[in-house]
Amino acid sequence: MKRVGLPLWIVSALLYAFLYAPIVVVIVFSFNAARYGGPWQGFTTKWYGVLLDSPEKLLAAKNTFILAFTSTMIATILGTLLGYGLSRYDFPGKKLFSWLMYIPVVIPDIVMAVAMLMFYALVRDSLGLFPLGMMTMVLSHVTFQIPFVAIVVRSRMVGMDPAIEEAAHDLGATSLQTFWYVTLPLLLPAVVAGAMLAFTLSLDDFVVSFFTTGPGATTLPILIYSSVKRGITPDINALSTLIVLVSVVGTIVATLLQRPRRTQGER
Amino acid sequence: MAVAESSRPVRSERPAVEVEGLVREFGTFRALDDVSLTIREGEFFSLLGPSGCGKTTLLRIIAGLDLADGGVVRIGGVDALSIPAHKRPVNTVFQSYALFPHLSVRDNVSFGLRMKNVPAAEAGPRLQRALEMVQIQQFADRKPAQLSGGQRQRVALARALVNEPKVLLLDEPLGALDLKLRKELQVELLTLQRRLGITFIFVTHDQEEALVMSDRIALMRAGKIEQLGEADMIYERPRTRFVSQFLGSCNLFAGKAAGRDGDALVVETALGKLRAEGYGCSAEARVEFTLAIRPEKLYLTAPDSENAQGENRVPVVVKQLIYIGSETHYLLDANGHELITYAMNARVGSQGFDIGQSAVAYLPAAALVVLED
Amino acid sequence: MKKAQPTRAIRYGELLTRGGQRLRSAMTSGWGIAWVTLFLLVPLLGIAWISFMTRGTYGEIQWPATFANYQRLLGFGVLGFDSQYPTIILRSLVLGGGATLVCLIAALPLSFFIAGQPEGRKQIALTLVVIPFWTNLLIRTYAWQILLGQDSVLARLAVGLGLAEVGRPLYPSAFAVYIGMLCAYLPFLVLPLYTAVEKLDWSIAEAAADLGANRVQVFRHAILPQLLPGMVAGILLVFIPAIGQFVIPDLLGGAKTVMLGNAIQQQFGPSRDWPFGSAIAFVGMAVVMLGLWINTRVTAAKGEEGML
Repeated sequence: MKRVGLPLWIVSALLYAFLYAPIVVVIVFSFNAARYGGPWQGFTTKWYGVLLDSPEKLLAAKNTFILAFTSTMIATILGTLLGYGLSRYDFPGKKLFSWLMYIPVVIPDIVMAVAMLMFYALVRDSLGLFPLGMMTMVLSHVTFQIPFVAIVVRSRMVGMDPAIEEAAHDLGATSLQTFWYVTLPLLLPAVVAGAMLAFTLSLDDFVVSFFTTGPGATTLPILIYSSVKRGITPDINALSTLIVLVSVVGTIVATLLQRPRRTQGER
Repeated sequence: MAVAESSRPVRSERPAVEVEGLVREFGTFRALDDVSLTIREGEFFSLLGPSGCGKTTLLRIIAGLDLADGGVVRIGGVDALSIPAHKRPVNTVFQSYALFPHLSVRDNVSFGLRMKNVPAAEAGPRLQRALEMVQIQQFADRKPAQLSGGQRQRVALARALVNEPKVLLLDEPLGALDLKLRKELQVELLTLQRRLGITFIFVTHDQEEALVMSDRIALMRAGKIEQLGEADMIYERPRTRFVSQFLGSCNLFAGKAAGRDGDALVVETALGKLRAEGYGCSAEARVEFTLAIRPEKLYLTAPDSENAQGENRVPVVVKQLIYIGSETHYLLDANGHELITYAMNARVGSQGFDIGQSAVAYLPAAALVVLED
Repeated sequence: MKKAQPTRAIRYGELLTRGGQRLRSAMTSGWGIAWVTLFLLVPLLGIAWISFMTRGTYGEIQWPATFANYQRLLGFGVLGFDSQYPTIILRSLVLGGGATLVCLIAALPLSFFIAGQPEGRKQIALTLVVIPFWTNLLIRTYAWQILLGQDSVLARLAVGLGLAEVGRPLYPSAFAVYIGMLCAYLPFLVLPLYTAVEKLDWSIAEAAADLGANRVQVFRHAILPQLLPGMVAGILLVFIPAIGQFVIPDLLGGAKTVMLGNAIQQQFGPSRDWPFGSAIAFVGMAVVMLGLWINTRVTAAKGEEGML
């Protein structure tokens, strides 16, 4: 393996700094005493307090988390079943469908967002269902979460030694027993990973939520966007800092959890 | 001269597994090409052969882990192909052991009992006996990741045997172990099988392993059974070149019939005129054929000794020698043709030959075998 | 060559008939597929359909079906040639492509850097790239408004270097959009590229050097070809979303950097011309399909599973 020379270190350090600059700047400026944003005018933590006094922001936070939890639960169940089914069974048109499943992964989110918006609007006009709001956001989030969960689960299934399930059958387990006692426990880490992935996708989503939201269903990203359009203020920075910290901690925890664990006496 | 009586005890004659005309294709590749055999109850039966010969495919079809494209399989007289794997009275020990990583040894071994809802009163003792049988009771609460290769193999064995199957299928179970451990386990497996009396079907590519453990061996090649029989019989009486060279080594040379001498054949070979009495010689009707003689049956003597006189003596020059401690292998040049012989270093002090030395090789007539190809 | 599904098969130890497999598929994959079909594929078809409709007086969708929307996209509007939308499409491709290129140039050294770390630090270095990846894109993007604001360090640096005027922020500008895209998509390229670098067979490079190639040649002939599949996967993962970006040009760009994403938002927001907006979105869709198709061909040629 090549040794990493000084020029590479410098370039990489600059790139890392570049990646973290926005995060650092938001955190730093959340302590800016200037009322309407702008240049630095002294250190204060009062903006964090202001956040707690804002019913608008608290509602947005509540909506964001309810949305994330609900959509994650639905998407995890459906996505796990999908990932399992795709790895195990064949059906006519399977190749085409698997390919189509990847659309939400690459599609520009705005195309997805407006497509869903139109769909809900037309259905609402003709069938009276799906008024825009929390429900449509949940429906939309689940739609782009499912493929991600399915991909994670499927790749775990593909990586599993087929002999393990064969052994279960060989020992007398029926299909259901094999799934419940053998496959599912081994799949659980992947299911959890998929769920965490879905949760993060939902928390961070802006574009899809923006187009499919309705009255009273504002989420934190939507709130931040509207505020930023009017001008960046330190309390928004404070809010963003909190969100960023949640992501950072979550990512670190997830990475630590995914490290292969060494058990005692393993040879 | 008849081959010595089979050295294994006679087993029951009832068939444990019958395979008739089995065919398995993967696309255009024929993994099994009309395979038929019968495995007797209580015997240790090996499927031996190089990779790709179909031995594992055959085993998996018997286990129910693969479909047959044609043919019949009967286990205990009952047609098995229509029964799914989990209902067949057979259990498998997998090459990778396939232990359930999330379960303890105890839960792994008792898995089969739990799936079939065996009542606790009966399951408990059976589990305990299985653990003791392979001596892993002290690891009962550990997980597979905490065990060594040899220990995992035992768990896999116990897990299969606790279900008291009619037939135990083993797919190269010792392949992943180092030599010393492998030899130990070979003996253990053999002892276990003799004690339990369960039919074992053992797949391996290691001919020595098969010879050590089996009552009967089916040597397979390219989807067909090349030869089937008791271990010593296949070894002493190989029918084809492939068999003669897969099981141990063999000297092969061409021969032309030059007359008969009672039951024996007189042949013209590159090594001179030889008299052959071994297997096939009395029936041989062809003019040209291949003769085979095992290296350990060939004796080397000094040219001036009294043993150097007589029929089937061939003058040779020692080209190469390989000293292995208990044996010395000699590579001989007999009139341009190469011969190998194994000599036991049975006597104290060096009695061997040097490179370049002339000697006489004695090919006993009874050891010269005619091959079918 | 397509083969008919066999009537029976044994998979992972269980015997399944063709009907059995179909039932299992329906019970497992069926729900997810049904959901995504209903809530995404049908709407996407809807976009294609609506793009041929006309806008009514009050913004509702009406017949007659027409090509007018697409004509407008190609520049042939009601009043003669209008380059507004062809420009937008072209600009999206250029900005998206440019951003992808910039990301690629930045991702290469970073990938080699991470791969060159000792085992313990490698995971840390990788995690450090992944953390911003999981942080909210909106937040990271608006933060650049602060970083590129008129009194910021970067702005003053640019003034000092004579690249900008005093008192003006560095955004909105194409430059700011590129910065935003680089920040957003760099991790997307680093991850697959790093995987490819990890798997590099250095012996080929050594052999090339042995045979007298200089460093540039070694890179071009021995290393680059091995990295290609990872690069292609990463490029598609960046290029396609970049073309349809909305937030970054919206926050960091101005009238001169309007892209497909902004145009779509315009039609579904203030302008209320859903048929026309659908046509624009459809163009975005077409690029996605093209990209996916290219990816399938490239990875099929290499015999790999592809990025997914």
